Amino acid sequence: MNLSGATAIAGIGATEFSKDSGRSELRLAAEAVRAALADAGLSASDVDGLVSFTMDANAEIAVARELGIPELTFFSRVHYGGGAAAATIQQAAMAVATGVADVVVAYRAFNERSGMRFGQVSSAAAGQVNSSGVDNSFHYPMGLGTPASTVAMVAQRYLHEYGATSEDFGRVAVIDRQHAATNPAAWFYGKPITLEEHQASRWITEPLHLLDCCQETDGAVALVVTSLERARDLPNPPAVVTAAAQGSGPDQYIMTSYYRDDLAALPEMGVVGRQLWTQSGLRPADVDVAVLYDHFTPYVLMQLEELGFCGRGEAPGFIAGDTLTLEGALPLNPHGGQLGEAYVHGMNGIAEAVRQVRGTAVNQVRDVSHVLVTAGTGVPTSALLLTAP
Amino acid sequence: MTIEEDAARIAAQGESAPRLARDPVNPAMINNWLEALGDENPRYVAEGVAPPAMAQVWTMGGLNWQRTADDPLGAIITVLDEAGYTSIVATNSEQNYRRLLHHSEHVASTTKLEGIVGPKRTALGEGYFVTTTTTWYVGDEVVADMLFRVLKFKPKPTQSGVLRPVVSKDTEFFWEGMKAGELRIQRWGDELRHPPGPMPPDGDLDAKPDWVVASGRGTVYSYVVHHRPAVPGKKLPFVIALVELAEGVRMLGEVLDVASVHIGQPVEVAFVKVDDELTLPAWRVIA
Repeated sequence: MNLSGATAIAGIGATEFSKDSGRSELRLAAEAVRAALADAGLSASDVDGLVSFTMDANAEIAVARELGIPELTFFSRVHYGGGAAAATIQQAAMAVATGVADVVVAYRAFNERSGMRFGQVSSAAAGQVNSSGVDNSFHYPMGLGTPASTVAMVAQRYLHEYGATSEDFGRVAVIDRQHAATNPAAWFYGKPITLEEHQASRWITEPLHLLDCCQETDGAVALVVTSLERARDLPNPPAVVTAAAQGSGPDQYIMTSYYRDDLAALPEMGVVGRQLWTQSGLRPADVDVAVLYDHFTPYVLMQLEELGFCGRGEAPGFIAGDTLTLEGALPLNPHGGQLGEAYVHGMNGIAEAVRQVRGTAVNQVRDVSHVLVTAGTGVPTSALLLTAP
Repeated sequence: MTIEEDAARIAAQGESAPRLARDPVNPAMINNWLEALGDENPRYVAEGVAPPAMAQVWTMGGLNWQRTADDPLGAIITVLDEAGYTSIVATNSEQNYRRLLHHSEHVASTTKLEGIVGPKRTALGEGYFVTTTTTWYVGDEVVADMLFRVLKFKPKPTQSGVLRPVVSKDTEFFWEGMKAGELRIQRWGDELRHPPGPMPPDGDLDAKPDWVVASGRGTVYSYVVHHRPAVPGKKLPFVIALVELAEGVRMLGEVLDVASVHIGQPVEVAFVKVDDELTLPAWRVIA
């Protein structure tokens, strides 16, 4: 059995992206799933599988109840924060490809700005009584307790080893905000930034400026996966799941893999990348659009290296010039990414990848065949290659 | 003497001696107030009267005011401070105005402790609600009064203290070492490991780990300067370094008393005692 090409994303749905949704997370989840089903031309009674993140607060059965999904034969959760994003599609694709389910919806819904903000120190993460709590005990009590500070530690070493600069990080933020500026769904619609503004923005955790860090968002995204065969009969062009992979690397921790020989790297994304190219038979040069998880700018550079677009430490040179623009060699995050559009734990990036494959994106790249979309980094992660039918 | 007995003693003293306002009711202060609050009611200027809500303004002590010895709120605050209820937040302020005050009238105020209620568990921490009344007089005539209530509380340790480690059987030796002033690194045979874990490198289930006491010296392998957001128990900004110890393992800790460091900077361990149960590893720059 081969996963590549067996399934497709047939529907995408989302709520508005805001700073205060004014409704429950379950309501957001239900709205996004309903919108995705409508987009797919399917109804609640067609759904027999639901997948989400372990961090999601909405049980599959609660979502099923609210939407009138009568029976589920498959339900699953993926761990490790935003690293789960693309893996929810992998779970769905595996369930469909093996016949365990016919229509699986992956969803992520939260009031991450008006409710529990991930950018703050999480005493719950520090105090959890399990192996991860024990891991965190060598970091949180010492004061390293925000996502930004955990990334900053790796970013500092990257600067040191490769002679990169904060401006190299800033170029990622500038591109994202440039693309968000022409996306009406983006929070930062109409609000591009300059590299000078990036440099002048306040420190969060040195070497990260405010504009190296993605925003916080209330919102939800849902994605419908079914067999490619069935997807061909549905209203929208299928986004074929050509490759779907998860990965964790040697000596892996959650955001604090600080004890590896090479600190300035994301080997878990290397694990993912090798699988993507093997499953699909494609190479980095075949990728027409890259939707790379951009919670923090340095990890976008390091993902490019791990995925094989350039060598280790070469990303600053690779992204110089117009490489990442809509007309460039590797257009990055045409929706504006999480820095520009919204932070929905990477699921809005998958929706954008589907739109690029369909040819319906607001910032549409020309002649798109293959789109790469990645999940959260610094944690065990995942990615997809989506292809036009 | 218990808190309750102290409170009863202070309450029994009744009203403090009248404290005369620094200035009589006057148009300059009234005009400033009206302007600051954006109150455009013409009545105050036309009739030469003060806005009733200014009652408290007339008897404010000024920038360098010290509480008087018989001030009951000061006395009960001292009692509660000494009992560990060191934080304060105002919860109620209810004022009654008996009549309007005219220019040149000279106001005096007294304060009385009505009582305390507690200890109560609140979202801020355990504390006592302290209720006082303040009365404003012109001569013997009461012109206004106020019920004022504060919560004096012990801040919750989870808000003011550092985050505490989750200790397992595999990591207990490390934290015990901290308390003993030893920086311990797990050892399996000849191999050192940090952070520690339950399985030996060669998978031998009969092997038992011990530890070495590290020299405590190392160099900065990477670091951050944390500016935002707030971190429990830390004063912003602060520096955290991932240090490569002389023994070869890396370990994380705050770098004390510096604004920044650099990669390669020599440091040595410091032991930050949080309380009897917890000591954290930290670093000091070696000059």
